[in-house]
Amino acid sequence: MKKIAPLILLIILIIFPLVIQNAYYQHLMILVLMWVVIGSGWNVIAGYTGQVSFGDAAFFGTGAYTAGILAYHFHISAWWGMAFGGIMAMGVAFPFGWICFRLRGAYFALASLALNEVCRHIATVAEPLTQGMVGILIMPSFLSKIPYYYIALALAVLSVGFVQIVMHSKWGYYFLSIREDQDAAESLGINTHHYKMVSLNIAAFLTGMAGALFMNYMGFIDPSVVFSLHDISIMAILVGIVGGVGTIFGPVVGAFVMVAVHEFFRTGFFGLFKGLAALTGSDFLIVAAKYISQAHVLGFGILVVLVILLLPNGIVGDWKKIVDKLFPFKKKGVST
Amino acid sequence: MILFELKKLVKHFGGLAAVNGVSFKVEKGEIFGLIGPNGSGKTTIFNCISSYYSVTGGNIYFKNQDITGLKTNKICKIGIGRTFQVVKPLGRLTVMDNVIAAAFSKAKTKKEARRVANETLEFCELIHRKDVLAKSLPIGERKRLEITRAMATRPELLLLDETAAGLNPSEVDAAINLIKKIRNKGVTIIIVEHIMKVIMTISDRIHAINFGQTITEGTPQEVVSNPAVIEAYLGEEYAQS
Repeated sequence: MKKIAPLILLIILIIFPLVIQNAYYQHLMILVLMWVVIGSGWNVIAGYTGQVSFGDAAFFGTGAYTAGILAYHFHISAWWGMAFGGIMAMGVAFPFGWICFRLRGAYFALASLALNEVCRHIATVAEPLTQGMVGILIMPSFLSKIPYYYIALALAVLSVGFVQIVMHSKWGYYFLSIREDQDAAESLGINTHHYKMVSLNIAAFLTGMAGALFMNYMGFIDPSVVFSLHDISIMAILVGIVGGVGTIFGPVVGAFVMVAVHEFFRTGFFGLFKGLAALTGSDFLIVAAKYISQAHVLGFGILVVLVILLLPNGIVGDWKKIVDKLFPFKKKGVST
Repeated sequence: MILFELKKLVKHFGGLAAVNGVSFKVEKGEIFGLIGPNGSGKTTIFNCISSYYSVTGGNIYFKNQDITGLKTNKICKIGIGRTFQVVKPLGRLTVMDNVIAAAFSKAKTKKEARRVANETLEFCELIHRKDVLAKSLPIGERKRLEITRAMATRPELLLLDETAAGLNPSEVDAAINLIKKIRNKGVTIIIVEHIMKVIMTISDRIHAINFGQTITEGTPQEVVSNPAVIEAYLGEEYAQS
């Protein structure tokens, strides 16, 4: 069962856009797949290596701007940004990691938060290159969503597969050792600074590619969108935590859940509030309908509290616990 | 042949001289005991050797090379393994994965690392626990895991920091046997230990320190009959009688 579940999921994902023609759901699935890539990246550095990063947007935005600037200034297809975006994100990650991996734990997290903000301000100020707050607009390559969908799917599958391979190699063992105990890792001959750099650069590369995909797909970026702290950096953390920190398929599940929650709030519970407000004419509901779409951050907060209280290892990490709770009559002892 | 040498090692923490000019030489293949009362600087010496602390003065030689100031991971790579007094298991990894992670310091491929890990677990008699999470081991086996992990890095010199502390008598005997087995494999050992039974039965030579300074060095019998050592451990009145 465990072996074939990912395969079934993959087949469903492949035939999804052929069955569901609705552009809105296709759009949501593209976002989910993009978040799978970002979540996988975050999972490498934070979930496996234990260096919690609040600065994923720095890599995401760098990737997006690389693609955007290539297309806008140099008239090179923004798809080249997929490769260069990842490399440029590593270009940001390298000096940052070099300096800031001397910090441990919360201090590193704070430094990464600062990186996020620094990048956002640079993108805002460097107007000749980035158009500042005006943003960069490029012509989309395809009218249909299906090509984007399959590119996003390919990227997501490659990311998950790549993380899987890395985690079963020497690097994987080293990342986990660093997470568990950095001093012990050093005494086992692991150059912790070096391997933390490796881990961060993998994360940055994946996130940068996702950023470039975002540029290509959305066709428009500005600093407050792609360097957003709560919509990118925090969202990446939530995808990781909700899905399950340090599990291969955690980011996949997390991406589904988080995009759904995000959308649920953005549309005011799928238009429920708007409908009720129109129906009853209640002043309260009209105001609530107006603001509920901006309350998704609040929803995230509640969700995180619930997940940490009930499922500290995330949905994938605590899967057995969920199954036991939902099906208490099911025979126990089938455990691994 | 001298494998390891400490020359006038000094380590200051602010105004406190934790280690103040300790020198000793360790022959290849011997078990070298390091004793002293609490706070006398034994663990500090270990931390200086494995470069967790930067030394204030003095030099450390391994195989006639000055290794003072090398990075901690390099110290392991050149062949000095260590265990921690306060054990540091990689908690959420299985025992097997703990040892594989260590084996990668010399092994090239995963297959080789797995083989080395298996052999080392077998050698240290921990193979029956290989699929258990390290954090769920009792203290005795955690200490053993520390040794197993250090051995998986294929050291020539092994620094054991109180590996028998907190063990029950039968576990202490098992630990003694394991240490002897490791020595018979040709690994030189420097051991810090409080339990006299351990240090007396296995050490070839003992170096006693107090307040970061050398008191005496010699065979176990010589050292325990030395009045200065008795004074350091038991107080002045006992030394005179």
